[in-house]
Amino acid sequence: MAGRSGSVLSRFGAMLSTTAVRLSALYLALFAICAVALVFYVTAISEGLLRDQTERAVRGEMRDISRIYQTRGIAGLVRIIDRRSRQPGANLYIIAAAQGQIVAGNVASLQPGVLDREGWTQLPFTYERYGERDADADRAHRALARVIFLPNGMRLLVGRDIGEPEQVRGLVRQALVMALAIMFVGALAIWFFVGRRALKRIDHMSAASRKILAGDLSQRLPEGGSGDEFDRLSRSLNTLLGRIERLNEGLRQVSDNIAHDLKTPLTRLRNRAEAALAERNNEEGYRRTLEEMIAESDQLIRTFNALLMISRVEAGSTIAEMAQVDLSALAADAAELYEPVAEEAGVALQLEIAPGIVISGNRELLAQALSNLLDNAIKYAGGPADASVIVRLSEARRAVRLSVADNGPGVPADRRDDVVKRFVRLDESRTKPGTGLGLSLIQAVAEMHDGHLELTDAFPGEPNRPGLAATIILPAGAKA
Amino acid sequence: MPIDHPPGEADQERQACEVADNAATTPGMKILIIEDDLETAAYLTRAFREAGMVIDHASDGDSGFFLASENDYDVLVVDRMLPKRDGLSIISELRASGDTTPALILSALGQVDDRVTGLRAGGDDYLTKPYAFSELLARVEILGRRKGTRDTETSYQVGDLELDRLSHEVRRAGKLIALQPREYRLLEYLMKNAGQVVTRTMLLEHVWDYHFDPQTNVIDVHISRLRAKIEKDFDAPLLRTIRGAGYMMKAGD
Repeated sequence: MAGRSGSVLSRFGAMLSTTAVRLSALYLALFAICAVALVFYVTAISEGLLRDQTERAVRGEMRDISRIYQTRGIAGLVRIIDRRSRQPGANLYIIAAAQGQIVAGNVASLQPGVLDREGWTQLPFTYERYGERDADADRAHRALARVIFLPNGMRLLVGRDIGEPEQVRGLVRQALVMALAIMFVGALAIWFFVGRRALKRIDHMSAASRKILAGDLSQRLPEGGSGDEFDRLSRSLNTLLGRIERLNEGLRQVSDNIAHDLKTPLTRLRNRAEAALAERNNEEGYRRTLEEMIAESDQLIRTFNALLMISRVEAGSTIAEMAQVDLSALAADAAELYEPVAEEAGVALQLEIAPGIVISGNRELLAQALSNLLDNAIKYAGGPADASVIVRLSEARRAVRLSVADNGPGVPADRRDDVVKRFVRLDESRTKPGTGLGLSLIQAVAEMHDGHLELTDAFPGEPNRPGLAATIILPAGAKA
Repeated sequence: MPIDHPPGEADQERQACEVADNAATTPGMKILIIEDDLETAAYLTRAFREAGMVIDHASDGDSGFFLASENDYDVLVVDRMLPKRDGLSIISELRASGDTTPALILSALGQVDDRVTGLRAGGDDYLTKPYAFSELLARVEILGRRKGTRDTETSYQVGDLELDRLSHEVRRAGKLIALQPREYRLLEYLMKNAGQVVTRTMLLEHVWDYHFDPQTNVIDVHISRLRAKIEKDFDAPLLRTIRGAGYMMKAGD
């Protein structure tokens, strides 16, 4: 039990330390202060109002009585007081002798000293009414009154009981306090449950984050279906995690592949040098070995350059030179550059290039991407008799599509995401020259231009040789 | 002089020649190398000297700028990142003071924008590390030759091959040869630099305006086509393959 209550306490402590709960507590305190102020304000106003009413009534009564006194003298005064005293109501009347004995009126006794000063009584005083003395001895009434000294030394008091207004005021105050108390308890309950719920969700999130921190990047933060702030936060964090996971995966893959794709040629280079030294070659032999080594180093350098290029293009920021690029001319140029190579390889190169397509981009990078595509396509195109490559450029629905299609073996649908990754080469292509970076660079260039690379079957109907259509899709006519 | 005349198309690539011998055409060219890596500098100095050039070397930006402004050089070879003062500021300050000595920038930064900044600073050519010395040599020679530039000539002649830059007509021994526009530009560039080694990258840069390295050697195929057109019916080869370097237009021998 002790442990349980301890954990409840610590949970409560944890709850107090959360932002949500601290904020609600602050709101609650502000609310309470406002509520108390409201009670005082309302009662003060109603009190003032009641006092005004009482004073007006007393003043009116006094005016009437004074008029009668002026016309009919003291006898008339006593008579009218007598008469009024017998009427039911909240008004008080007293005529007293100079020494203070009550001569006429409806008051049996009153707080001493009230009749000693002329004018308004400063504070409500207590009095007893006639006929009540025995029955309700403990029930003192409270009243406000005005005292006048008559020329003959007698005192006249006209007043009004304020018991009823005070009761009303008490009721108002009570009602207000009650209402506020209910609201306070309600707020406390809502705060407790909402805060606890928030705390729980945050707990889930931090538990998930801890797992992610521990290295399990496949973990995701919990997402409810409500679409509230927590969900939105989870969703954007999950997107972020997805991106980090992909980058991480790419990095891991690159370092794995560096081991193979960069270390292998380096080892080969070293072995060749060692072998040449050991063999006691003649000059011709050394020369041949050195030339091979230069060729091998060039290939390595090319791979390094491509890697650097890809990471810089992916970082994006370093490429500032964007200009209007005539993609139609660029495609025609690149095709013209590769046309003799295609011819030599026995590949028919066809062009379907829509004229006058201009986009904002980097000519050099786009040309390089396209030349990589052509290079690939020519390398893999078709059978011995009818190899062909088609370069297409078209614009439709605000998108420019630049595609290079071959009629070669194609890439199986389930490997298409893979071949875009750095250094990934299908087993069938390992025998062909290449760095395994071409498609990665093309994709990086496409993404830098706010586009993407799409790989599809060029001839979906041909199961044996579906070919590969690589399409760079870019936003049309984007301004730099 | 082992600049071999290829006996046939198939054998051309296998014909070897000494790279350094290409430079014999420009003896005594005076070059300033501003490079802080002493090993690279020593290697370049030796290789350029073997090519018959006169070399000064500065190993930091300040002394490089001092030498460049005090002496008269044919070409400056400037590393981009130098101690005390970077290569680009040396070149732009020389240009500001009216010095137009051709400058080649060497840099480890080789992306599109780096090249553009380098050329904007007043560099005349840009080479990314690592590079083949034959590439550097070919470019330095062409820069050094710029003083007697042939840009204003209206026709080029190599042996019995003539190129008219006004009518865009190419004749060999008086016989008209029909060329595609790109083939014409290729030949024009080669003939303009006749007697000089022209590398594949230089051709790609000047004829196609591309600054990247295409994976396949596309240039070779274009050259074969051009060669077939200008040499098919003639005995004397003009367009030679310089092994490990590039190509050269040269008549007779």
